[in-house]
Amino acid sequence: MNDLLTVRNIVVAAVAGVLLILPIYAQAIGNLFLLSLFTRIVILAIAAVSLNLIMGFGGMVSFGHAAYLGIGGYVVGILAHEGVSSGFVQWPLAMVLSGLFALVIGALCLRTRGVYFIMITLAFAQMVYYVAVALDRYGGDDGLTIYRRSQFADAIDLSNKTVFYYLCLGVLFAAVYLVWRIVNSRFGMVVQGARSNDRRMRTIGFPTFRYRLACFVIAGVLCGLAGVLLANHTDFISPAMMHWTRSGDLIVMAVLGGMGSVFGPVIGAVALLVLEEALPYLIEFVGGIFTSQDITTAREYWQLILGPMLLLVVLFARGGIDGLLADIRRG
Amino acid sequence: MLLLVEQFLNGLQFGLLLFLLAAGLTLVFGIMDLVNLAHGSLYMIGAYFAATFTALTGNFIGGVMLALIATLIVGMAVEVIAMRRLYGRDHLDHVLGTFGLILFFNELVRLIWGPAGMNLTLPPWLNTAVEIAPGVYYSAYRLSIIVVALVVALFLYLVIMRTRIGMLIRAGASNREMVGALGINIKLLYTFVFGVGAALAGLAGLMQAAILTAQIGMGENILILAFVVIIIGGIGSIRGAFMASIFVGLIDTIGRAFLPDMLKAVLSPAAAATVAPALSSMLIYLVMAFVLVLRPEGLFPATGK
Repeated sequence: MNDLLTVRNIVVAAVAGVLLILPIYAQAIGNLFLLSLFTRIVILAIAAVSLNLIMGFGGMVSFGHAAYLGIGGYVVGILAHEGVSSGFVQWPLAMVLSGLFALVIGALCLRTRGVYFIMITLAFAQMVYYVAVALDRYGGDDGLTIYRRSQFADAIDLSNKTVFYYLCLGVLFAAVYLVWRIVNSRFGMVVQGARSNDRRMRTIGFPTFRYRLACFVIAGVLCGLAGVLLANHTDFISPAMMHWTRSGDLIVMAVLGGMGSVFGPVIGAVALLVLEEALPYLIEFVGGIFTSQDITTAREYWQLILGPMLLLVVLFARGGIDGLLADIRRG
Repeated sequence: MLLLVEQFLNGLQFGLLLFLLAAGLTLVFGIMDLVNLAHGSLYMIGAYFAATFTALTGNFIGGVMLALIATLIVGMAVEVIAMRRLYGRDHLDHVLGTFGLILFFNELVRLIWGPAGMNLTLPPWLNTAVEIAPGVYYSAYRLSIIVVALVVALFLYLVIMRTRIGMLIRAGASNREMVGALGINIKLLYTFVFGVGAALAGLAGLMQAAILTAQIGMGENILILAFVVIIIGGIGSIRGAFMASIFVGLIDTIGRAFLPDMLKAVLSPAAAATVAPALSSMLIYLVMAFVLVLRPEGLFPATGK
C-alpha cells in the first residue's frame, strides 16, 4: 500500500482527477474558455503521449510529429468540404492515412540514427507542410473552416462541448493505457531493448527494424487521431497545425513532463499550456505587490519567464517534472 | 541567359549566407556535440544590433563592426551562463533548453526594440548596381555579401587548418579529455568557439537584414535551412557545410525561378501553377531525405570521429 502512495502517484491521480471534473467546474463558474482551453490541452496531450511512445521508449526522436496532426486534421477538413461529414468515414480514413504515411517515412527514416533521424523526420514533415500550403482548393496558406463537425448518426454529438471534452479525455486515457500496455508487453520490451543496444538485440535474433517500424506506425496512427480531434475542436484546419514549431512544442511537452513514464507527457502538456495561459496573470499579480502603477503591458512578456523556466527544468530536473516528483520520495 | 546568371548569383549569395550561419552551428554541433536551436536568435540579435549601431554612429562599417563585437560578447555570455552546463547531456535536453532560450530572446528583443521590425539602411556606395559583364548589372550589396562570405570561409579554413588554435579545436573535437589532460583550457576554448559561431550568425543576420528587415523570429525559418545544410554536409565538417550551403542555396533559388516553367512543359498550366510552389519549397527537403537515405551520415562526414 505504501508503494502506491508516492508523491508522484498522488500528482498523477490529482491531474487525472482535475481533468475529469473540469467541465463541471467550468460550468459552475460559467467560464467556457476554460473548457475550450482544456479540450486543447487534452488533445495535444494525446499527441505528446504518442510521441513519447517512440521517443521515450523507442529512442526515435521524431521532429516531425506534427505532420500526423496535420494529416488527421486535413482528412476531416477535406472530407467535410467535399460533403462527407460522417465520422465513420473520416476517422478510420484519417487513421489509415496517418499509418500509411508513418509506414513509408518510417521505412526510410529508420535507416538513420540520432540527429540524422531527428532531421529526416523534420524533412518529411516539412514536405507535408508545403503540400498543405499548395492545396489552393482547400484554402492553401489561409486554411479552411469546417462547418460541420464529424457526424456519428445519433450516437454522439460532437458539437456539445462537454460531450466533446469527455470524448477527447476518453481517447487520452485509452491512449495512455494502450501505451502502458505496449511498453510492458514483449513487443515493447524488444523496442526498448533496441533503444539501449540495437546490435545486441539483433544478435540474439530479433528483427528490430520491423519492431521499431511497427512502433513508429502505432504512434503515427495515434497522433493522426489527435489531429482528427484537433480539427473538430477548432473547426478549422491550416498548415500552421503542422509547422515545425508545433513538433517542437510536442517534444517540449514530453521532455518537460518526463519521458521515462507513460503519464509524463500528459503532465508536461498540462504544465506547459496552463503556464502559457497563467503566466501573464501571474506577472500582473506579482508586479501588483511591488508597485501600484499600471503594469498590464508587462503581461505580454510572459515568454521572458517561460524560456528560462524551461532551461532551469533541463539544468536541474533531469527526467522532467516526473523525474522531479520521483526524486522527492527518494529524499 | 541574363536571368540564369542573375539567379545563379542570387543562389550563390543565399548559399554563402547560409554558410555563415551553418559554420557556427556545425562547429558547435561537431565539437561540443550541442544541438543549438537558439543559433537563430543570435542571427536575429546581430541584425538588431547592426540596425541600432549604424543608426547611432551614422557609419555603416563602424556599426557593423560594433554589432559583430556585441554579438560575440552575447554569444560568449550565453555559453558561460547556459550552454556550458548542457554539454554532455542528451540531445533532447539541448532541444528543450535552447527552445527556452528562443522564447527568451524573442521576448527580450520585443521588450527592447518593440514589436515592429527595424530597417538597416545601406550607404549609397553599396546601394547601387555594378556591371559585372558587358550589359549585365548586379546589386553591389549582394555582390559584397558573396565577397565577404568567401573571405570569411577562407579565413575560417586557414584558422582551423593552419593555426595553433585551429589545431586545438580539431583536437578537442576528436578527444576532449585528452586535450584537457595536456593542459589546455578547454572551457575557454569552447567559450571562444561558441562566441565566434555567434558572431558569424550575427554577420549573416545583419547582412540579410539589409535586404529584408530585422524582425522577431527571423532566425527560426532560416535555422531549419542551416540544419539541413549541416546534415547534408555531415555534422562537424566545415568543408561539408561550405559545399552543402552553396548546393542548397543554388537548388532553392534556381528551383524557385525555373521549376514553374519546367513543369509547364510537362503538366497542364493549371496543374503546374499548383504543383510548382509546393515542389520548389519542398525541393531541399527532398534532397536532404534523398541524401540521408543513401548516405545516412551526410555527404562529407567529419573524419576522426
